[in-house]
This record gives sequence, C-alpha cells and structure tokens, in this order.
Amino acid sequence: MAGPGQQGDPGAGEGPGYRRILPALLAPSWAIIGVFLVLPMLMMALFSVLTREFRGGVEWQFSLAAYSQFFIDRGLFGDEPARIQWTYVGVFWRSLWQAGLATGLCLAIGFPTAWFIATRPASQRSLWVFLVTVPYWVNLLIRTVSMRFLLRDQGPLNEALLALGLIDAPLRIVNTDAAVLIGLFYSYLPFMVLPIYAAVERYNFALTEAARDLYASRWAALREVVIPAVRPGIVAGCILVFIPSLGSFLAPDLLGGAKTFMIGSLIDEQFRGSMGNWPFGAASAMILLSVVLIVLMIYAKAQSRRR
Amino acid sequence: MAARTDMRHYPGFGLIAVACLAVLYVPLLVVMVYSFNASPSIQAWEGFSWRWYGQVFTGPQAPIFAAAARNSLSIALIASTAATVIAVAASVAMVRVGRFRGRNATFALINLPLLVPEIVTAVASLIFFSAIGMRTGYLTILIAHLVFCIPFAYLPIAARLQGIEPIYELAARDLYATRGQAFRQVLLPLLLPGIVAGFLLAFIVSLDDFIITSFVKGAGMETLPTAIFGSVKQGIKPDIMAISTMMLMFSILVVSLSWAIGRRGQRAQT
Repeated sequence: MAGPGQQGDPGAGEGPGYRRILPALLAPSWAIIGVFLVLPMLMMALFSVLTREFRGGVEWQFSLAAYSQFFIDRGLFGDEPARIQWTYVGVFWRSLWQAGLATGLCLAIGFPTAWFIATRPASQRSLWVFLVTVPYWVNLLIRTVSMRFLLRDQGPLNEALLALGLIDAPLRIVNTDAAVLIGLFYSYLPFMVLPIYAAVERYNFALTEAARDLYASRWAALREVVIPAVRPGIVAGCILVFIPSLGSFLAPDLLGGAKTFMIGSLIDEQFRGSMGNWPFGAASAMILLSVVLIVLMIYAKAQSRRR
Repeated sequence: MAARTDMRHYPGFGLIAVACLAVLYVPLLVVMVYSFNASPSIQAWEGFSWRWYGQVFTGPQAPIFAAAARNSLSIALIASTAATVIAVAASVAMVRVGRFRGRNATFALINLPLLVPEIVTAVASLIFFSAIGMRTGYLTILIAHLVFCIPFAYLPIAARLQGIEPIYELAARDLYATRGQAFRQVLLPLLLPGIVAGFLLAFIVSLDDFIITSFVKGAGMETLPTAIFGSVKQGIKPDIMAISTMMLMFSILVVSLSWAIGRRGQRAQT
C-alpha cells in the first residue's frame, strides 16, 4: 500500500519538539488498535484450536477439529477413513473464483474508464473523479439492495428489456452466480478506477509518442509501453477489489441463493444462533486471513523488486 | 496538437467510461424514483407520492427506524470524533518526527483495519468481547467502529500534513511560541481541511458499516444498516426505498461537502 507517511519517507521534515512527546502521540492508536484489533485477532487464532461448545462458544480444550473439519471428511460419526472434504474447500474455491472474475471484470471496465478520465482536460478531471468516488461513499448495503431491486425477475431491468423487445421472457439473474458477480463488480469498481487513474495521470505521454514514432500501433504502444508503466496502479486496483470481494458477505447473501454460498456467508453462519460452531468459524476466518496475507506478501515482493 | 490528442485517444474508451458511470448510478436512481411510487406494490408505477417518506416517520416501523437512526448517528459522531483526535496525534508523530524505532510497525498497525477483511475483524471482535465477558451492545459497536475509523481519519490528515512544511511552526517557535501554541495557532489552522476531510470520511464509514456491527451489536440493538438488512430479508418494501434514498442523499451531501473543503484547501495551499 503506497500511502502517506510510508516507510523511508519521513515526510516534510522534522517539526519542532515533537520527538520528546512521541510516546504520547502514538499511545492512543497503539492502545486502541492493539487492544481492540490485534489482541482480538490473536484470540481468534486461539479459538480456532479450541473445542466446540454446542450452544455457541467454546470449551477451553485444545483441538484441531475445526481445521480437520474444513479439509477432511471422516463421515457423520467420524469413524470412516479420511477423505478430502470438498464442501468447504469448494466454498473457498468458488469465493476465489468469483473474486478473481470480479477483479477481471473491474479491470476490463475500470482501465479504459481511468484512462479516459486521466486524458480529459484538467478542469473536467476532478468532476469525473468525484462522480466515480460518490457511489463508494453510499452505503454498500443500500447499493446491494438497489442492485437486487434492479435485477429482479419482474424488476425495472427486465421490464425495460421486455418493452424494448430485446428479450421474450424475463432474465433470471437474481440468485445466480452471475448476480453475485455483478454485485461484487458494482460494489468495488471505484477501487479499481481510482488507483489506475492516479497512475495514468502521472504517466509521461512522451513515451507513447516515442513508441508511435518507432511505428508501434496504437494498441501495441498501450500493451508494450503504457501498461508496464502504470502497472503499480493496476496491481493496487486489483488488490483493492480482490480482497474485499473474497470476504464479501452482502453481495452473495442478497443477490445470490443457496448455490452461490461464499466464504463470508460460511463464516457468518458459524456465529448465528445455536447451530453455529465458533472454532470452525474462527478457523475459516484464519484460512481466509492467510490467503489475504499471501496475496499482500506477493504484492509487497513485487513492489520491492521494482525498486 | 491533433497528434497529441490522437496519442491519448483510444476508440471505445469514452463509451466504456460513460457505461461505467451508468452502472454506478442506474441502480441508485431506480431506487430513488421508485421511492416516490404511490403504489404499495413495487411492481407498477402509479404516480408520484411522498407517502412512503411519511411511512418512515409515522408507520408501524417508525420507532425502530428512529431508534436505529439515533444509534447510528451518535455512534458515528463519537467514533469519528475520537478517531480524528487519535489520527491527528498519530500523523504528527509519523510525519513530523522523522525516523524513529517502530515507525514501520506503527504504519502497519494504523493501516491494519484496512487490510484485514471486514468479516475477519467482525469474528475477532465478537470472540474478544465474548471472551472478556463484555455484553454486546452500544458500547461494543462504538469500540469496533472507533478501530476502523482511525485509518480513514488518518489518511487525509497525514496527506495534508505532508504538504505543510515545518518552517511555519519552526518560525513560531523562534518567536517564543510554546510547542502547544505553535501547534494550536499555526499548525492546526493549516491542517484543518485535512482534519475535516478525515472526520467526514470516518463519519460516513461508521454510518455505513454493516458486517462488523451485525456481529457485535447483540440482540435488540439496531443501527440503520442492520435495521434495513433485517427488513430487506422479508422483501424490498417501498418504505425501505424511501429510507435508502434519504441515506443516499445524506451520504452524497457529506461527500460533496468533504470534496468542496478539500478543493478549497488545495487552492489555499498552492
């Protein structure tokens, strides 16, 4: 994540006398995030290796049952030979697949949009950026509900398409994988546009000019010159879309059906009512977290290699 | 000139950009329009009416929505105010102190709430509150919101602070201002656009949160998003569209405000 105050960049320079009160300046953020996020995450790791209490909650006894339940199937009574448990791995796989597709779709639409915005005259650019940013600040729940309303079998989209004579029967979109994909795409599209826009805006168009002078076609120049130059923006956008898509709850829950179950819903289910399984939920969250960490580490490595 | 424009132009990109805006706005516009539909069914259009807006304030669901709105607004206000104060302190340390031990760790810590998927934060928070025996309710929601508000307040404030050179504060110090005076009377007014932007960002993010809230809210406690979610599970009704439209307008208002302040701040800086 490139952001203000990143390592190796001490900002505008040393200010007057703040070093002496450094502990006081940092204590509140360390205390709040340390106690109420880092500590809870450590406890979640601990809970994932405890024994399930059947009314929700845990018994304080070490057990790897949650992890083995995720990956291994020993039958209903636990006495059959171990087989790979495909149910949960399948849920995870579908989540990865859907998040990947959503990222690809966002990139396909987001890159041309970002390019178009960055090549507008400066006076129009900030309005475009504003228009792309606004939906992100609108409540995600409301946006997802709106999408469901629009895509319904008897919804405005189907009515419009029927009225135009483009289809003969309403498209059944809601409760399918496609609806979840549309929802994820719609939820996180601004995350793709904004970092790519920032990269393209800094791009030196003389490079394209040089490429064209050397007889590169328009598209060859884009592929061979532009895309490598703005790659950090593209990668940042992909990560900003992929990570929240992977753990998303609202899009699969409101737009999907029983067959479109994703990891977010699986985790959510473990903490609702007495049917839940806290260690299993904690273990699933740990597995999700490790996938996210792996993605971020690959990103960090790619970034440092570029320097 | 023509050649330069040509260099930047790719056929179809403009069309995609317009389509992109359409995708972003059409669902919201549709819900806005239908919230004014006189018909109690969500199918057919039967003329313009304010009926469902009245329903939000006087209908059978009104007390639930009113309580949820009070909870949402007060939690957002307290969490974002506290997060802004914490973020100002942290950004002064990160931007004005230069290198110090633990600087990278602090940067990672402040951004941690942005990197961890929300559902994971939600699970961790619920487990934590249950393990320490804290009853879930208003206070647990407030604490959870405070955590993720900090990075959202921090980013614009730190960005703004990086654009302010320390010479002004150093000059004030040379003229015998105390550290506190230099901070309050010199740095704080310069930093204000960043502080306002950070506060508004944190406020909206808190107001919008659903997943983390739904894990740590406990039974009987509702914020606007959880109340809306509960209602939507039984089908999208017109009064929900009216409430959504009001929240939508409120978010757009706040973001526009933040944008306008940011632009003024930028102009003042250059």
